[in-house]
This record gives sequence, C-alpha cells and structure tokens, in this order.
Amino acid sequence: MKRVLLLGDEAIAQAALDAGLSGMYAYPGTPSTEIMEFIQSSKVGSDRNVHREWSSNEKTAMEAALGMSYAGKRAMVAMKHVGLNVAADGFINSAITGVNGGLIIVSADDPSMHSSQNEQDSRFYGKFAFVPCFEPSNQQEAYDMVFDAFEVSEKYMMPVLVRITTRLAHSRASINLRATLPQKKLSLPVDPLQFVLLPAIARKKYKSLLSAYESLRYESLITKYNNFKDGSKRDLGIITCGIAYNYFLENVGESISDFPVLKISAYPFPKELIKDITGRCKEILILEEGAPVIEEAIRGILDDGIKIRGRLDGTVPRDGELNPAIVAKAIGLPVSYGKAVPSLVKMRPPSFCIGCGHADMFNSLTEAIKPYGSGHVFSDIGCYTLAALPPFNAINSCVDMGASVTMAIGASDAGLFPSIAVIGDSTFTHSGMTGLLDAVVKNSPVTIIISDNSTTGMTGGQKSQATGRIEQICEGIGVKREHLRVIVPLRKNHAENVCILKEEFEYRGVSVVIASRECIQTATKRKRSENSNE
Amino acid sequence: MMKNDIILAGVGGQGILSIAAAIGLAAVANDLFLKQSEVHGMSQRGGDVQSHLRLSDKPVSSDLIPYGKADLIISVEPMESLRYLPWLSDKGWLVTNSNPFINIPDYPSLDEILKEIKKIKNHIIIDADGIAKEAGSARSGNMVILGTASPYIDMSFESLENAIRKLFGRKGNQMVETNLKALRAGRECSVK
Repeated sequence: MKRVLLLGDEAIAQAALDAGLSGMYAYPGTPSTEIMEFIQSSKVGSDRNVHREWSSNEKTAMEAALGMSYAGKRAMVAMKHVGLNVAADGFINSAITGVNGGLIIVSADDPSMHSSQNEQDSRFYGKFAFVPCFEPSNQQEAYDMVFDAFEVSEKYMMPVLVRITTRLAHSRASINLRATLPQKKLSLPVDPLQFVLLPAIARKKYKSLLSAYESLRYESLITKYNNFKDGSKRDLGIITCGIAYNYFLENVGESISDFPVLKISAYPFPKELIKDITGRCKEILILEEGAPVIEEAIRGILDDGIKIRGRLDGTVPRDGELNPAIVAKAIGLPVSYGKAVPSLVKMRPPSFCIGCGHADMFNSLTEAIKPYGSGHVFSDIGCYTLAALPPFNAINSCVDMGASVTMAIGASDAGLFPSIAVIGDSTFTHSGMTGLLDAVVKNSPVTIIISDNSTTGMTGGQKSQATGRIEQICEGIGVKREHLRVIVPLRKNHAENVCILKEEFEYRGVSVVIASRECIQTATKRKRSENSNE
Repeated sequence: MMKNDIILAGVGGQGILSIAAAIGLAAVANDLFLKQSEVHGMSQRGGDVQSHLRLSDKPVSSDLIPYGKADLIISVEPMESLRYLPWLSDKGWLVTNSNPFINIPDYPSLDEILKEIKKIKNHIIIDADGIAKEAGSARSGNMVILGTASPYIDMSFESLENAIRKLFGRKGNQMVETNLKALRAGRECSVK
C-alpha cells in the first residue's frame, strides 16, 4: 500500500482521481483552491485527460460538472463555502434532476473567517437541498469518503456534498492510497426527461427526492461513518462530528473509553443513534465545527429533553472555529497556557506586496477622489480589498463577488455622485460583467475601475478568465470606446492617471478604467520559470 | 513515546512552508505519524503566518497543537517568535532568526524584542541571513534556522539532509548543495 503526505484538499483530489474522475470543475477560493491545483499538476490527471480547467465562477463550475455527470462520467466541483451561494441554483436543482455519473460537490467552510467574509456552514445546504453530506474528520477519512460518496451518488442517483473546514483543508497527514479505478464511459441518462425540470416532471422528481433522502438514513455507506461507542460514564455523553472529534480525542487521550461517544460524519444524521446515546446519559455535550446544526436539531423548539450543552448554551462559543483549548474547557479539563505574548508584539495584518499595481492604482484613486470627500468607493473581493486598511483607507464596501459594480449602480440611483466601483479582473469575469450590463442599459453615472493584475491573486495566482479579454468584454457589453480607458498603474504615471480618473468621474454615464499591470507575485514566478527553462 | 510538537513562525513569503515540507518528508521517511497545519490565503500577503507541525510514533489527533504543549518554536523572524509563546511548554526551545522583517509602521525596537526572547529559558538567536549569505545563498536563511533547530527534533540529521535532497532535487544539484550547506552551517550554530 502506498503512503503519501497530503493536505486535506489534496487527499480529496487524489481520491477523486483514484476513483475514476473524468472532470474537475472549480473557481479558486480559500480554503478549497488546492483541490483543483493538485489535479492540474498531477500526472494521472494529464495521463487520463481529466478535465481540469478553472471555471469563470462556482455556478458555471457546478453546471459543467452536472453536464459531465449527465454524460455518465464521474465529476467533482469544489469551492469555498460562499461559492456555494453562487452555485446554489444549480446545486439545489441538481438534487431534483439527480445525476447520471457520480457527482460530488466539495464545499470548504472557513469558520473564524481566516480568508472569508462569513462563516456559513455548508451542512445547512445539504439539508436544504436534500443532498447527503459527508464530513471527514481527518485526511484519511477525506480520501476514503470520496470513494463512498461516488458510490452513494451513483446508487441513489443523487449529488453528494462533501463538507470540510479550513483546518482539515490545509493540514497535511500521510494517507494510504487505494488502487485506481477505471474512468466511466460516455453513457446518456436512461430517462431522456431526467434533467428536464418542467413543473409536471419536477413535482414527481421532488417527491422521490424526499423519500430517497429519508431512506439514506439507513444507507450502510452513510451509517459506516456514524459510530456510537459506549463508555462507563453516565453523567456525560459526547456527540461530535468532523474535525471536532480530533480535538476531543486530543484532550481525553486513552480515557476516551470512559465516555459514550457518537461520532457523526455523514448526513442525514442517524436519529436512532442519537436517541440511543441521549437515552443513556444525563447530559450531552455537542461538539461541532461551524454552526450548531446537530445541536439545534436535537434541541428542537421544545428543548425539554435531557440537558444539552454546546454552542447554544455558551459551553462552546457561538461563533468561530474550535481548537483543543475550547474543547478542553467544554469537557471541564484544565488548559495550561505557556507564557503570555509580550505586549510589544504588534499586529501584522496582510498588506500589499512591495511593487503591487493595486497600490499604485489606489494612490491615484485616493488623490482623484479627494475633492468629493469620502464614501464613494465600492469594492470587491480580492487582494485589493486590503485597501480598506491603513494607510489607504480607500474603500467603503466588500460584500460579495461582483457587488462593487451593482452597489455603485444602486448608490448612484440614490443620487450619490460620483459612484465608483473597484473590482479585480478575475472577480469581474466571475460576477461583475452582468452588473456592468445593467449599468450600460440604463446609462448609470458610474465609474468602474477594473484593477487588472492578470491573475486570481489572493488565492495564489491561478489563471484568470479575464486575461487579454477585458477591453473586448466591456466593448461587447456596450461601454463607449471613449469612456473605456486603459492605464498602467506605475508611480511614474501617477499624475496622468489621476487626470484620467478625474475625467471619468465627471462623465455622467458608464465609464470603465482598466488599470492593468501584472501581479508582482506571478511576474516573479513567471520570470523565475522562464530563466530556469533557458 | 516520541512526540515533537513544533510551531513554525514567520511572515508570509519567508519560506516557513519549505521548513515544514523538509521536516514532513523526513518524518515520513522515519515512519512517524505526522500532522502539519498551514496557513494559506489572505495572511500570506505579508501577514503573520504559522504552521503547527506534530510528529509522533503514535497517531496524532488534533491538527492544532494545544496551548503549553509545543516542544519547539522555529521562527524566521524575531518578533514573530514571541507571538506563539502561549503554545510553548516550560521545557520547550525557541530558535529564531535575529533579522527583523519590518513591514508595519509600529514595529518595536529590535533590542526590546531580543530582550524578551532572552527571557525564555531555552532560546537560540542566530543571524540566519548572514550565515546563509556566507554559505552562498542569501535565500536559504530558512534552512539555516532548520539546521540550528535540528538537535531539538527527534530525527537523525541525516534524515533531514535526505529530505532536503528530495525537496530541492527537482530544482537541480546546485540548489540541493546550497541548501544542504545552509542546513549544516545552521547546525554548527546550535548549542547542543
């Protein structure tokens, strides 16, 4: 048996390849990015010609993966948790169409918001869509579950959600690999109307989805990952899931044998097992990474059963990720801290790289906007969001992918002038283009600055769909040529760039300023690899 | 029972993940259990980054090291070495580079930082950048630090050397040799 050292993300990618994957679809997003990156750089991926190109956004990725499944082959789509919001339409309806080839949706949650704007829990989406959900607690389980998830998907003709969190996605461990399975052959759905969600068809399919979801509770591949182990204690039983199990085990060590423990790693969760453990113990402590999904279900509205402790009664903090200390306190074990951090240690927030084009663009923007006062700049998701921090303090919003353009439109509708959006190139093609069309159609007085560094920078420099296409896209959408300006954000062009920005702020229609300079990180990497190839 | 809980500290872009990868490869070669948690994403843009690295001859549960349990802090930046003191055990060692990475306006005085580091019973402060330069590769300061910390990691020095051969092998023989030289130069600075 081969053992390799892999990140949780990479374990999922390796498992998908080993399980006969034909298509991987994704848009970069921390902490999910390394799944696609691993497949792109793997030999098996290229030998087997697995589809492994980035998609424009999570929705297009989700739908393309569903198309691969329609054609009978195994497909996977991966995204960060908020990406599932973007993909939600396709995701939820894919539960109703069902699948042909096995289809796995990986959603990587980011509790504590290390690199995100919220900490939503993807398990809600599983229940919302009536889609089975696997939640691995370690890298080996992540690897093994992908095989089972494909099997469940094909057996029940349902998409399957795999939910991971940051600490699993970005933690390495050694994994035992299985033998590689063959890829599936092209085969169309037996029922030609399976994917046609006309109301009359959708109603029937929805009924069968509801009953299939209930029967999943008894699916052996799901129950295999939900284990109850009794212990001698009767005063406290533990229900734990995903990565929370590791922190529990870390704290109790070998005395785990004293505790009745129900470990839940697959959903819909097993009611019988929950009734079993709650019937044995006076109190139950629920440890889950993310939202109190299981806890709320067990408490229900009446909350009149046995004493339940968890995130809802303050035993565990309501928000933020878990760690060994939080779990220790919840069990009632002491935590021994080392020395305190000396007071001279200062915060070191992330910042623009030295020589970053975004920074030069913001310097020009800040000067050009000065006469109008503050509060005019809507921004978006990417490295350039760092302009919210000192010394720039240059942006007033960061909400979701593409919202800079559309919020600028709405604010200008309300009378704000000038109303300015700053969006990156990759975010623009992800979700900014449709907003720009809205602006063009009603000729909103907005200035859209596309800060184009020709890459998806924040996630580490993945290919941007926008590269080499932004001007054409804007012209195609209908931006007037004379108000489609291209500038190079360099210090030497500062005065000229300030002038151009001021001109376009004053124009009472849609203008787009493309501030174009390659990301300093990808430029360095590119030069290094060009040198080594010489 | 063998157990090494190591915190690697630095600033995004300083190469702590290469240190982690070297130790990780050595651990696998030594048939040890391993978990290594890293920071990807936003913080890598010049923010503080850390990696929790846990080696053991028994399976490792938590991906994160509990407070007060780290045996070793390896830091490529002096102020960053102090950020993780709540994790360091009483008997733990702190090995750090003396060269500050200043990308914030309120960076404290280096003398004050070094004074705080010297309050830790088991500490080693080295000029990793200077030693790396002498070894012929200014960019291998991270391997110098690893060399200095190596006596406190319960694996043979040879297995770390082999890990470096594997890690940098793809980038050519010269890259392997400069990094090995940096590792050995760092090892010589160690007090043990």
